[in-house]
Amino acid sequence: MEPFTMLTSIAAPLDRSNVDTDAIIPKQFLRKIERTGFGKHLFHEWRFTDYEGTQENPDFILNKPQFRKAKILLARDNFGCGSSREHAPWALYDFGFRCIIAPSFADIFYSNCIKNGILLVRLKSDEVEELFAVAAFAGSGLIAVDLEKQVVGAASKKFHFEIEPFNKECLLKGLDQIGWTLQFADKIDAYEAKLVTTAPWLK
Amino acid sequence: MAKTMYQKIWDAHLVHDDKATASILYVDRQLVHEVTSPQAFEGLRVSGRKVRSAQKTFATMDHNVPTKSRDLALANATSVTQMNQLQKNCAEFGIKCFDLNDEDQGVVHIIGPELGITQPGMIIVCGDSHTATHGAFGSLAFGIGTSEVEHVLATQTLQQKPSKTMQINVNGKLNDGVTPKDVVLYIIGLIGTAGATGYVIEYAGDVIRDMSMEGRMTVCNMSIEAGARGGMIAPDDKTFTYLQGRDYSPKGTDWVKAVTYWKTLSSDAGATFDKLINIKAEDIRPQVTWGTSPGQVTGVDGVVPDPDQFKNPTEKTAAANALRYMDLKPGMKMTDVKIDVVFIGSCTNGRIEDLRAAAAVFKGKKVSPGVQALIVPGSGRVKRQAEREGLDKIFLAAGCEWRHAGCSMCLAMNDDQLTPGQRCAATSNRNFEGRQGPGGRTHLMSPEMAAAAAVTGHVTDIREFVKRGK
Repeated sequence: MEPFTMLTSIAAPLDRSNVDTDAIIPKQFLRKIERTGFGKHLFHEWRFTDYEGTQENPDFILNKPQFRKAKILLARDNFGCGSSREHAPWALYDFGFRCIIAPSFADIFYSNCIKNGILLVRLKSDEVEELFAVAAFAGSGLIAVDLEKQVVGAASKKFHFEIEPFNKECLLKGLDQIGWTLQFADKIDAYEAKLVTTAPWLK
Repeated sequence: MAKTMYQKIWDAHLVHDDKATASILYVDRQLVHEVTSPQAFEGLRVSGRKVRSAQKTFATMDHNVPTKSRDLALANATSVTQMNQLQKNCAEFGIKCFDLNDEDQGVVHIIGPELGITQPGMIIVCGDSHTATHGAFGSLAFGIGTSEVEHVLATQTLQQKPSKTMQINVNGKLNDGVTPKDVVLYIIGLIGTAGATGYVIEYAGDVIRDMSMEGRMTVCNMSIEAGARGGMIAPDDKTFTYLQGRDYSPKGTDWVKAVTYWKTLSSDAGATFDKLINIKAEDIRPQVTWGTSPGQVTGVDGVVPDPDQFKNPTEKTAAANALRYMDLKPGMKMTDVKIDVVFIGSCTNGRIEDLRAAAAVFKGKKVSPGVQALIVPGSGRVKRQAEREGLDKIFLAAGCEWRHAGCSMCLAMNDDQLTPGQRCAATSNRNFEGRQGPGGRTHLMSPEMAAAAAVTGHVTDIREFVKRGK
């Protein structure tokens, strides 16, 4: 996983709450057995006016020329709700997004993003509102995210955000989390050995 | 100190206790399916890692299997690739797979309990958000992403932070026509689709106690639609009776030991929850969704709301977007909403009790002309049981389609899809835009009401239907 440290980019404002993972990557694109190549289907039903995905919807925010290169997505409450499909962060990453800023995120989606090097920033609703105003001036309205300092900067404003220390470390270092857990392999062995006597039906 | 059931299960699974970084919890069982697992197995191959405890993982194919016939020549080619890949992965890593040819194949959350793989006190995970279903047995069960599927395959553990706890008590006497599906839809409508984000819910109260295991599974299943990490119900004699003698349930002295342990799992008297919600059963009417989020729900005798009645601007915009997508006007009676397709099935309502309830409505009736009604049993076992009881004959006589087991039109990954603009009465769990097919419109409800809608051709109040006999 690619580490995340700092990012400065224009931000694409997606003005909808409860954006679900079915909307982020519809099910007809989940049949692949690879992790890559999902970006072209991101927000398929909103981005395209036809099922085949050949006709772009000019009104959709990501189709507007000034937002096409955005690496930050601004969103509303409960972003990423619904299905546990990791194809959603894969699609967002593949499309070019490295950071999503919203007042709240769904639980499984949050953890899926951390594991793919996407930083999710939770800010207060009024702070997100200010960023939406900055994003409206795309091109000049850059947003800077500093994970080490836990700060989002835009125009002359700076907003502090919270993140679990372990999630922060994983992102900053691009940590292999399976490798991290396997440092404790002896503890897993001991737990399993104990199960044989305490709960033999579970072995 | 008095502990909640969640805390007891957490404590019993701690492999590594580290509040500063991450704790490591042992995972008793993992369930995998064809859609969210191929990249996990591939990850193991790339990093040269092995599956730690293959006997603790069970696989099946459900999300994109064809339900009309089992002839794969007729199925989508990429779906077939995914199914073949699961078979290949399971063979390579030594994992039991209930594949399409196995008579016990079915929706992952239906077969886990019916095979006795799901047991109280366990931590159970699956790359699927409806994994909370298994919490109905007093287990801690939750959905995970593919990276975590790989993590569990490699380590039989997960890194976790403790969730907050919420107890939802439902007490009193349920009104006529109100089913477990209505109870959980009502709860989601009340607390909102993010109302339980960061929490694990424990459902309690005499209404939950009185529910069958099937009903409890329906309630726990939809916990994710309120944003919860998991939903659970304390195990009791009903739970033990359900599990005794099932294929993977403990046997002999193990059974005795297990039941003794399971009886200690309930939350202690005096245990504190971070949040308490009390619901009066009498307040719950049969429910139906009007929007594109499960929290956009009302009593079936209600009307489509006016977006302006929502004070919160986010909810107001969401309601307006939903009405546009659903092509509904404020003030319209829910029972005037016409239906094109009826879908009865899914991990929410694809169990034998659900089919019995639907069959009772269909008995001696016909599906309304122009309506397509799909009955999709949740598993091979549910299908055979229904056929032994003659339910299939009732469905077929009414003009319904009797299908093979699978997720089917709940998420429409296979050929069972709505066409743009079609409106469906569905017993599944999500009414998101395009969920049942691009441009399709979904109204969530109980199996009884979905069956009644098939007969009348419009959303129907089950209480009126029963009263009138149609």
